[in-house]
Amino acid sequence: MSKTKRIFIKGNEAISRGALAAGCTCYFGYPITPQNDIPEFLSTKMATVNGEFVQAESEVAAANMLLGAAAGGVRAMTTSSSPGVSLMQEAISYMAGSELPGVIVNVNRGGPGLGDIGSSQGDYFQSTRGGGHGDYRTLVLAPGTCQEAYDMMIEAFDLAFKYRNPVLVLADAIVGQMKEPVTPWEPKAADNHGAEDWCIDGAQGREKRLLKSLFLEDGALAGQNRNLQSKYEAMQAEARADVFECDDADLVVVAFGSIGRIVKSTVRRLRSEGKKVGLVRPLTLYPFPSEVLRDLAKQGKRFLTIEQNCGQMVDDVRLSVRGIADSEFHGHMPGDLPGSDDFIAPIIKHLED
Amino acid sequence: MSEKLVFDAPEIMIDRPTHYCPGCHHGVAHRLVGEVLTEMGLVDDTLCVGSIGCSVFIYNYLDVDAVEAPHGRAPAVATGLKRAHKDKFVFTYQGDGDLASIGLAEIVHAANRGEKISVVFVNNTVYGMTGGQMAPTTLVGQKSTTCPDGRCADEHGQAIRMSEIIGGLGGTAYCERVSLDSVKNIRRAKKALRKAFEMQINGTGFGFVEMLSACPTNWKMDPVSANTRITEEMIPYFPLGVFKDVTKDGEE
Repeated sequence: MSKTKRIFIKGNEAISRGALAAGCTCYFGYPITPQNDIPEFLSTKMATVNGEFVQAESEVAAANMLLGAAAGGVRAMTTSSSPGVSLMQEAISYMAGSELPGVIVNVNRGGPGLGDIGSSQGDYFQSTRGGGHGDYRTLVLAPGTCQEAYDMMIEAFDLAFKYRNPVLVLADAIVGQMKEPVTPWEPKAADNHGAEDWCIDGAQGREKRLLKSLFLEDGALAGQNRNLQSKYEAMQAEARADVFECDDADLVVVAFGSIGRIVKSTVRRLRSEGKKVGLVRPLTLYPFPSEVLRDLAKQGKRFLTIEQNCGQMVDDVRLSVRGIADSEFHGHMPGDLPGSDDFIAPIIKHLED
Repeated sequence: MSEKLVFDAPEIMIDRPTHYCPGCHHGVAHRLVGEVLTEMGLVDDTLCVGSIGCSVFIYNYLDVDAVEAPHGRAPAVATGLKRAHKDKFVFTYQGDGDLASIGLAEIVHAANRGEKISVVFVNNTVYGMTGGQMAPTTLVGQKSTTCPDGRCADEHGQAIRMSEIIGGLGGTAYCERVSLDSVKNIRRAKKALRKAFEMQINGTGFGFVEMLSACPTNWKMDPVSANTRITEEMIPYFPLGVFKDVTKDGEE
């Protein structure tokens, strides 16, 4: 990879630039706050890479355009924020069922309903449990910084094609709207993992191809579900986490995305005061880095999960350490912007419990 | 005695019995699409976007690359596919429940953007695959399983006329309503398909062909009566003709 000098940009621009670096040639979107910088940026930039930009009539349509481009075997993406991502779930389910690769970015905002336009992690369940109908999963990456937003876009496209599966990048309003120095880099030539062997691009003498999620024949759907489940099992190898100051920690805080990054500041400060606290920041939410947590549980660590929601990832933390340990939970309500000071009291409380 | 072949199916048509009911016009419509694709030399470059309804199985009958779209979303899927492969021929094949009800936003905006795709719209005034429920195109007075006393304009509204809507949009290059009720009209339908497909090949714009079709099973009619119904009841409400042709506009 070749690195260039740092630039000072918003997370939403880092997402856009990361997608271009990844070789994205088709973008479909619909306006919704707080992700509007992405379609605005790409509306002019897609043309510079000989790509396509379509402002769709709805998030429903945008996600289905993504499905169409994915069927064509090209690198494509859509971006939205929570209410819009709810509307995309139909197409994401079809993409998972038809094994089509594509990248969906959710710049998570407050909910339920119209909620607000501030930051939230309330879409954790929707992101990690499939989100639409049927038994399927999407890979989910959770950036906590603008640099990670850039890097994870490149990773997202590679994973999508590696597994022929939709990949969700779950950012939030903090990541999308804050400005940080980012070092852009150009990855090696995109590897579409043999997309030319399954995509539809005109038969030209070969056997025709069919991309579908309908399996009516006896046993066919059961077989397809078994295929998908074995694929999701293989995906577990992609689980990653940022493990910080955990070696001698009595209490391990588990937090993801922007909140994980804010908690890291809190942990640094408490460490400077001699408190034995560490942090596990999952970078992939599906697959969830269960092994990392389980290993720490076996060492006798206690856990506190902190999220900007009412308690969602904590379920996965508890499942990861089940039979060995448990996790306490501290929820910072969506609608309220947290600072690192907000997490001192809950960490001290559980450290001293 | 030697046999002489006087009529054959184009190679693009897969030689198998269809799942369609006796008297259903999907078979005729599929064949017209197959003939035109063959005659225009498009078979190897065609990407078919199927939809939800009886015709979801079009991929079992046409030997071309295909993708299955969610209900109503075929024009959005086709938009993405065409943008990814601008040099390929992309068409959707949709019924009236799919296109005129749940997929109304997608068809209107794909047409309005002037996507270089072609749409084959089979209008039989009923949801066929799910068992004959009221469609947005069901005629006032027509009985269905969800309006067993007949469609009532006050309660259900009137049948929506899609070609009139699509023909009025800026991005539409060609829009025609045809019927499959007679040999003459079937020939006309084939010409309309060719015209709509040419609009895509030439990069002119969006092509739309509405085909008035029979669904004898859900109309509870024999095939001949169903054909007669198209002639006597549907055509008067859904007038045949060209609603837009950008290559002719301004010539009159």
